[in-house]
Amino acid sequence: MTQLALVIDLNVCVGCHACVTSCKEWNTSGPAGYMSDDNPYGKDPTGTFFNRVQTFEVGAFPMTETVHFPKSCLHCEDAPCVPVCPTGASHKRAEDGIVLVDYDKCIGCKYCSWACPYGARELDEHQKVMKKCTLCVDRIYDESLPESERKPACVLACPTNARLFGDIHDPESEVSVAIREEGGYQLMPEWGTRPANHYLPRRKTRMHIHEDELQRADNPLKKEERLPRGPVTEPTLDDSTSW
Amino acid sequence: MHPAFSVIFLTTLIGVGQGLFLALVTGQTYAAVKIVPMQDPVTFFAWGSLVSLLFLAAGLLASFFHLGHPERAWRAASQWRTSWLSREVIVLPLMMAAAFAYGLLHYFGIDPVIWTSPEGTSLSLTLAVGLAGSVVAFALFVCTGMIYAAIRFLQEWATPLTVINYILLGGASGFTLAAAFAAWTAPELVRFFGGWAVIITVLAAGSRTASLVRNARLKPKSNLQTAIGVRHTRIVQKAQGAMGGSFNTREFFHGAPQAVFQAVKWTFLVLVFPVPLALLWAGMDGADRGLLAAAFAVQYVGLLAERWFFFAQANHPQNLYYQAA
Repeated sequence: MTQLALVIDLNVCVGCHACVTSCKEWNTSGPAGYMSDDNPYGKDPTGTFFNRVQTFEVGAFPMTETVHFPKSCLHCEDAPCVPVCPTGASHKRAEDGIVLVDYDKCIGCKYCSWACPYGARELDEHQKVMKKCTLCVDRIYDESLPESERKPACVLACPTNARLFGDIHDPESEVSVAIREEGGYQLMPEWGTRPANHYLPRRKTRMHIHEDELQRADNPLKKEERLPRGPVTEPTLDDSTSW
Repeated sequence: MHPAFSVIFLTTLIGVGQGLFLALVTGQTYAAVKIVPMQDPVTFFAWGSLVSLLFLAAGLLASFFHLGHPERAWRAASQWRTSWLSREVIVLPLMMAAAFAYGLLHYFGIDPVIWTSPEGTSLSLTLAVGLAGSVVAFALFVCTGMIYAAIRFLQEWATPLTVINYILLGGASGFTLAAAFAAWTAPELVRFFGGWAVIITVLAAGSRTASLVRNARLKPKSNLQTAIGVRHTRIVQKAQGAMGGSFNTREFFHGAPQAVFQAVKWTFLVLVFPVPLALLWAGMDGADRGLLAAAFAVQYVGLLAERWFFFAQANHPQNLYYQAA
């Protein structure tokens, strides 16, 4: 079994939206057709995106922290959006676990978007079909690309390497190791959807200074000064005599 | 959730159609055991079935306005194993076929007795078709209700009360229409249908109130902490990933001011239950056509408000990601 997924490291995401723009660029140019954009430079711009970066402020001033939160389809292992689809357009691929929409079968009833607790699906206002992250399925298997580029566009675009891509069912994959060792977690675990995408939490590197590090234990006078020693003319310990 | 008028009309119109069909079959069943007099097959049953069919067809028509690609709607019948929406897509045409067959058999008087009990009660062909159609009508109510009750994320809907409300509210409007229809075509049955309409409306008032009480006490299962996975009591959204709106800010919010939201609730509580009950009560004496028709009209308008409120009240967990909307 393979379950492809993204692991997003909130510790290093700087909220630059490079993943958002590269996602849109790749997928609006893809074989599945454009992604709508209305009034992109006017009042009330709106459009279809597979990926969005939101920003939250945690804590009260001055103890605040800004968390940038990239949000896309989580490719749930128990995807609730799939069984509700009346046409079978919404499906989860057995071979790699990617949840996809067949745009030629979708009737645009929006029922799957109601059945997704994460709001990961967006109806394209012009094509009238439901759209969502495809994990760049048209790029990750493309053998005309160098192997290092067979990754989702958002992963390649991230300047801080906050997005990892791989098979979370392979225990030795980069993503599995990151989840296991860096405290990866799932969103809204209470619904039992088992999201494949994981997030890595904010991690603080703190310096711990203990009392005995400030006060040298081998300092007999408890004073930070040079050790007393006899005149330089006298023999030293190195000469096996005492002074 | 954003209340879509296509779905509001779909669910209320087919509810009336199913309820009226159930009322007609109830009338014939009571007539078969000689509790009420049998009515004319053409003026009462055939035309009654036609009215029921028209409501079902109007609901079906309204449903197409909900779809982005109505020309592909036939595909929606394929996933009946897992999707309640797909099941509804199959059962609604079945319901229309049952109403059509029931009316057609009555119209042409094709009504041979197919079974007689030792006590002399006979089961005729039309009654058998009607009873089978009644099963379909209940199945359709269950499908419609389960479309909403099956989405566990929408806690306001994820309750058996949703299905019960669809059955009782659809039944109440259908029997009220049957009482008004009988005022024109079968005056001696006005009290029969009116009595049932009163009973079902009172039951519906109970179950709808129960769901309102339940929803007022709901505790949301998700919160912003689990939504983004940051354990802190104070989290404020500063940006939602789009400068203008998006599908997420349009589809999942009703957008009405709180005062309107509350007003719609009280409007439906008045228009669906007490007003039609009073009009039915007054209209049953002397089979007053005007009062009974008004009872149905008022209750239907109330049901439109009820359905708007049903959608608007449901709070989707994805809204946690759009606090600023």
